[in-house]
Amino acid sequence: MNSPIRRISAGCLLLCVALLINATYVQAFWADDLNARSENRRVLLDEYSRERGPILLADDTPIAQSVPVDDEYQFQRQYPEGPMYAPVTGYYSYFFGRTAMERAQNDILSGDDDRLFVRRLIDLVTGEEPRGGAVRLTIDPAAQQAAWDGLTESGYKGAVVAIDVQTGAILAMVSTPSYDPNPMASHATEVQQETRDALAADPNKPDLNRAIAQRLPPGSVFKLVTAAAALESGDFEPGTEVPGPAEYDVPLSTNMLPNQNGRACADGTPTLTEALRVSCNTAFAYLGNQVGEDALREQAEKFGFGTQPLTNDDMNAATSVFPAELDDALLAYSAIGQYDVSATPLQMAMVSAAIANDGVLMEPYLVREVSGPDLVSPIERTEPEERTRAVSPETAQELTEMMVDVVENGTGENAQIDGIEVAGKTGTAQSSADRPPYAWFTSFAPADEPSVAVAVVIEDAPDTARDDIGGGRLAAPIARDVMEAVLGS
Amino acid sequence: MSLDRARARTEPPAPETVTPRRGRGTELVLLIFAIGIATFAYVSVDLGALGRVPPNALAYLGGLSAATAVAHVVIRLRAPYADPVILPIVVTLCGLGLAMIHRLDLADGTTRASTQLTWMAIGVTLFVGVLLFVRDHRVLSRLPYLAGLAGLLLLVLPLLPIIGHSIRGARIWINVGGMTFQPGEAAKIILIIAFAAYLVQTRDALALAGRRFLGVDLPRARDLGPILLVWLGALGILVVQNDLGPSVLLFGIFVLMIYVATERISWIILGLLLILAGGFAANAVVSHVAERIDFWMDPFIDPQGQVAQSLYGLAYGGLLGTGLGQGRPELTPIAESDFIGSALGEELGLTGLIAIILLYALLASRGLRAGLLLRDPFGKLLAAGLAAGFFLQVFIVLGGVTRLIPLTGLTTPFLSLGGSSLVMNWVLVALLIRLSDAARRPAPPSATSSSTTDTAVTQVVRIR
Repeated sequence: MNSPIRRISAGCLLLCVALLINATYVQAFWADDLNARSENRRVLLDEYSRERGPILLADDTPIAQSVPVDDEYQFQRQYPEGPMYAPVTGYYSYFFGRTAMERAQNDILSGDDDRLFVRRLIDLVTGEEPRGGAVRLTIDPAAQQAAWDGLTESGYKGAVVAIDVQTGAILAMVSTPSYDPNPMASHATEVQQETRDALAADPNKPDLNRAIAQRLPPGSVFKLVTAAAALESGDFEPGTEVPGPAEYDVPLSTNMLPNQNGRACADGTPTLTEALRVSCNTAFAYLGNQVGEDALREQAEKFGFGTQPLTNDDMNAATSVFPAELDDALLAYSAIGQYDVSATPLQMAMVSAAIANDGVLMEPYLVREVSGPDLVSPIERTEPEERTRAVSPETAQELTEMMVDVVENGTGENAQIDGIEVAGKTGTAQSSADRPPYAWFTSFAPADEPSVAVAVVIEDAPDTARDDIGGGRLAAPIARDVMEAVLGS
Repeated sequence: MSLDRARARTEPPAPETVTPRRGRGTELVLLIFAIGIATFAYVSVDLGALGRVPPNALAYLGGLSAATAVAHVVIRLRAPYADPVILPIVVTLCGLGLAMIHRLDLADGTTRASTQLTWMAIGVTLFVGVLLFVRDHRVLSRLPYLAGLAGLLLLVLPLLPIIGHSIRGARIWINVGGMTFQPGEAAKIILIIAFAAYLVQTRDALALAGRRFLGVDLPRARDLGPILLVWLGALGILVVQNDLGPSVLLFGIFVLMIYVATERISWIILGLLLILAGGFAANAVVSHVAERIDFWMDPFIDPQGQVAQSLYGLAYGGLLGTGLGQGRPELTPIAESDFIGSALGEELGLTGLIAIILLYALLASRGLRAGLLLRDPFGKLLAAGLAAGFFLQVFIVLGGVTRLIPLTGLTTPFLSLGGSSLVMNWVLVALLIRLSDAARRPAPPSATSSSTTDTAVTQVVRIR
């Protein structure tokens, strides 16, 4: 009977090897997939039971924080200001992932970042529960509040971006309509699901960050770029007279490009300053054709078109576009910010900021510093960084004077601030006949020693007649309030 | 086999006169390790989960040591030549099981570990009883039919109206005076004894060749009676008790033993075919079985279900485990019983699970080795049946919780919470100790002739 016993022993060995191989497969090779499955409650509990670090404003006000709760998950993610900061914080949802800062700074917030390694080691030795690090933003709560109030009080759909012109620090980033990220962080799966479904079904796309992620035709605010290209070419000065008839005869085409009010600008030959003051379409279409496609595109790119901004912050900002391969007809439309030119509010704020900062465009940024869980030991601080020289200091000075004239005597009068010189430019961009135009305004102040640049866009203004929609009327007052908030603080 | 026996008989007597290695010292050292591991595991659970040393750590150490010492001393007295590795493996496994049950107690707010410790004491008592009263394993072969009947009776006990009791859909329990038992655990051992005794008597007939088919000698049709009977019995258990595990295990053990007895591979082939046929029939008839197979194919049809949670637990543990007391094994349903393997895999990791599988394999190999060394056919059959059956059970349950094979309801020997399983596995180990003692005991010269007289007759009939 020994040989069958030996064979049975071999059989048992085979079964044993099968168990070992299978266990190895499950625990060593399949484990990552298993741990990544969304219904895996172990990983869920782990994730929730860790104290995630806060996201703080410039004045250390938390806009996202984890507070202890008395359930099995131990911590609840909270957004005290909810919708106002939702485009910045994003949400933290176990089932639907993370967005915006919660996503971009996840490693720091969760404590997994390599820069927190020593901290983790210390926690391991001292037996402290591991905590996430803190992220401090550049956002100025007063500016954010002013922008939020300006957009929401009249129920506008739109966005505001404010930038510190000398550093590139973003002082306000508002997008409306917004949403409350709190239910997305709920521990109840159904709440997350319902919120997510409601967000996806909402035609107003409240989870779209209109300030940086949506491109719209900039319309007349783009005339700043065309003006800059013209001045930089050396062929034009603010006082140079250019043709500004009621209609511009578009080259290579039978189309006529009219002025907004259907009249000639000034006496038909406005100076550059006068053309900007009244936002003269025909004069700027002419200027676009004069400086040429390449020079205009080059100027647009120096202001940031064609390059994705906020990549250091990993905020998934949209890249603003100046279209390629234009003929003279399309160039004429592009020069006044129509046709396929499209820009984010952030991009238009960058144009103003560069002009304000003696022609130097600073790299915009949102994260001021990241620190360890104790909130005091900074791990990394963002140093202001020059991005490009957009225009020469002389051109910057000339553009500033022209923009001040727009606010003092032209379409931007609603942006005036008592005792402070403001430089700005309005825009009212047509997209299609079946929807109202986009109202734009971009500006900076104080004009003599600039510190803040703002861009405002209003996509939809309910209760406002179509003819009343204009950058000067709707957007400029919001820009003024934001600038006042920054300068007052 | 005849060759082996011839070798055994012509062995020079010289080594038998030298004082043979009994291995009791080795056993003692290994036992100290085993108790050390068990106590360390128990303490680590509290350290991991609560951050403190359990207040009753010393009492635990004392209780475990006392039970182990009793077992060890009885082995020294009554089975001095027993394999020294068997008891330490059992103590280690019991210790790990107790630690995990204690760990789940902490999570669930229960006190099942102390109950389990009591059951272990009862198990050791029965272990001692077996070693004291069964002085020679051959007495067990005397009443094969009575043993078979007793085994069957135990199997059908749970079906009786008043004492029968059903837990989680499996009617395998009896309830006597508020305590529940699984008589199937005892039935398994008694039936293995009965099979061995029966096969020793009938193996020559069963080994006769019938028709030859595809190069395999099939048994004669008239000899198929017993295997078909056991097969029908197993199917009957399955259908009536709604539990696949015990029936597969029982039938599997019988097929293995008939193979050992007859040395004919055709019995294994026949057995596998019958298992397949039974499996298909069961899949169609018993809802429980079809469901188990569905969960095997795709565990995630119920993401919070047993198999899915078991896999999540194993994955969460990864290579090195979360550490005792620091995983979440309580999320796996019935982690203290059927799924204790995955609970241990979660907290001890792949490393720990492999160690546990290897401990089982080592234990089974020691039983099989005793089967090889034993000189009487009943002993050989019994040892092979107990050891292979034991490992088959381990394979079925651990393979089930790690999704190697469809899940079936069986306990994990020595680890799972449950009195009947723990106690009867101690009895099984007592039998293995007794068998290994007989296998390693130097045979007195006079005993050799007497023990082979009955087998000498078969020697004449045997062809190979």
